[in-house]
Amino acid sequence: MNSIVLNNVTLPNGTGADIEIRDGRIVSIGESLSRGVDCAGLIALPGFVDVHTHLREPGFEASETILTGSQSAAAGGYTAVMAMANTAPVTDNAAIADFILDAGQAAGYVEVHPIGSVTIGLKGEALSDIPGLASSKSKVRMFSDDGVCVFDKDLMHAAMLAVKNVGGVIAQHAQDPLLTVGSQMNAGALATELGLTGWPAIAEESIIERDALLAEGTGSRLHICHLTTAGAVEVVRWAKKRGINITAEVTPHHLMLTEELVRSYDPLYKVNPPLRSQEDTLALRAALLDGTIDVIGTDHAPHSAEKKECEWQNAAFGMVGLEHAASVLQEVLIDGGGDWERFAQILSTRPAEIAGLVNQGKLEVGAMANLTLIDPSAKRLIHSATKSKSTNNPFAGSTLPGAVVHTIFKGQFTVKDSQLQERS
Amino acid sequence: MKHLTSMRELSRESAIGLLDNAQQLSQVNEREVKKLPALRGKTVVNLFFENSTRTRISFEVAAKRLSADVINFSADSSSVSKGESLKDTAQTLEAIGADAIVIRHPLSGAPKLLAEQGWISASVINAGDGAHEHPTQALLDALTIRQGFGLHEDLTGLKVLIVGDIRHSRVARSNILLLKLLGAKVTVAGPESLIPEGIEAMGTEVLNSFEQALEEKPDVVMMLRVQKERMQGEFFSSAADYSKSWSLEGDRLAMLSPKALIMHPGPMNRGFEISSQAADDPRSQVLKQVANGVAVRMAVLYQCLSGEQL
Repeated sequence: MNSIVLNNVTLPNGTGADIEIRDGRIVSIGESLSRGVDCAGLIALPGFVDVHTHLREPGFEASETILTGSQSAAAGGYTAVMAMANTAPVTDNAAIADFILDAGQAAGYVEVHPIGSVTIGLKGEALSDIPGLASSKSKVRMFSDDGVCVFDKDLMHAAMLAVKNVGGVIAQHAQDPLLTVGSQMNAGALATELGLTGWPAIAEESIIERDALLAEGTGSRLHICHLTTAGAVEVVRWAKKRGINITAEVTPHHLMLTEELVRSYDPLYKVNPPLRSQEDTLALRAALLDGTIDVIGTDHAPHSAEKKECEWQNAAFGMVGLEHAASVLQEVLIDGGGDWERFAQILSTRPAEIAGLVNQGKLEVGAMANLTLIDPSAKRLIHSATKSKSTNNPFAGSTLPGAVVHTIFKGQFTVKDSQLQERS
Repeated sequence: MKHLTSMRELSRESAIGLLDNAQQLSQVNEREVKKLPALRGKTVVNLFFENSTRTRISFEVAAKRLSADVINFSADSSSVSKGESLKDTAQTLEAIGADAIVIRHPLSGAPKLLAEQGWISASVINAGDGAHEHPTQALLDALTIRQGFGLHEDLTGLKVLIVGDIRHSRVARSNILLLKLLGAKVTVAGPESLIPEGIEAMGTEVLNSFEQALEEKPDVVMMLRVQKERMQGEFFSSAADYSKSWSLEGDRLAMLSPKALIMHPGPMNRGFEISSQAADDPRSQVLKQVANGVAVRMAVLYQCLSGEQL
């Protein structure tokens, strides 16, 4: 029998409690006579769920593997990640999906669920085997061509119908490719000064608007990856008001970092979609507070050093994110007037619902013991070297609030006293 | 000043200091023995990832007049075509003994990256990067304007008009920043498709009519080269169409004040953005600009490599 007792935790609603865990489940939340791990000062939250992780395996193991990505996730307080489909080969069939599922289980740090690609090879030409992915061992329910947009309207329409049939959701990477040929950074005065091709907001907003209408027409469920502009927030707000079944995510970096960082031409700050203006970050924060944006998706996008040690235009897009997402959310949300219940919704409950993960996002008796304890009073210096195999961390060198102290996955510590634990 | 990658790195004082040095050094070019021992023993590498015979020669002459050793490294004939990274190329050049790397690159930002990533400790001088900047061009233009109006400090009170393909022009960007820093009023004019979004934020007025811009009586008209590959299609309908509205010729030339300066960074497309009449007009500064280019590059090399003003 395997049991853990957590004494003196603070629950998201602010009350104190002890939590007893036995055989992988939460068996009591309240007062316990048993003494276990003293968690005074720590906030207990349902384990974090990332709807947008690039684990890079199979195909790009120099940047990340399912094991190292899982470790990075656990270190960041996650107990489940959704693995994006832009692997090589692409996750457009059950065999690749099940390979990822199995490797995730073997790693044993978090639930790893493969996201299926919407189109074969992410080419945007023909639909992947959506029913086959859905009925595989992986039971794929989330589909995305992330990295590229499903641009063809007719194909997107067909995809929505196919995904609706299996009770799934499409996570759209909203980027009109015709409006972003060669785009390098947010369009505007700074792009002009720096001589970099601009990435207009409308390239994102017009796709969200189109897909919201397609979702309305088909009755399908739509999730929008990484919102970055004030206008995109307006479109999502409009769609939700209209009753369209749409959810939206924002990344940690788009909440805090702005295009000003591009002045350095350091490819560390090159990301798709690009860092935007201060006004955009403020609109994203407000949308996260008021619920227009549902969740944080890290868009954890590891890249090996040589992909970033080059000219801006030749560098890869992307940043890691798993190990500082919670700290960014604390700074933005808690310091912005939000509370820990909203925090848990954004980082755990809603992403679990969007991804359809039944064993995640619940801090209640009887639930699978997936939980995270954070110390909100900590201040920590962010380092570029983390549990991820890659170091492309735009927050390296800055100080952020909050630290993950313990992560418990299926009733066992993956992180204890801030140390990653060995898994069999 | 160790590097020069953007006009943003200069203060008004440091810019004037560079112009003063260049003014002094330009006298070397008048001497019989056109050489100073100032940079003897230093090695300057011209690292060109884009063809530019004029700029390369200008830097080469400038370095040689200061007695530096010069190595020309052209990306076409080097390991770069085999896929070597900028970092490895630069580190290799430094291992060979480069004290300064003069870099021309088709990608905006490459010089700044090279200067700031800690890959090398050599000085980095931007000889033109993408659509970003061309700092020594702006300095030589400022020097030419200063001389043209007999000024000795900044350019306060002068009105400078830059005409043509602003969107793709690194010359325009560096000039806007420097001329503004030196107190001039800068206006850009060109077809709307060639005026980039938000250029006003750099400190310039924008006009979409050459005639209207000339009515404001500019003291300097700087014509930009329009690349041949951009003459058709996306940006304007035809070369003839462009010339009709944007070439410095005929009536427009007549609208210019007798004391105004006509400038062009070269190479000129005679008959396209500038008529031969304008190019050969007594007000034309084109060759003066070329001569000043050597002096300005001497001043920049000297300051970056010696760390001091003259």
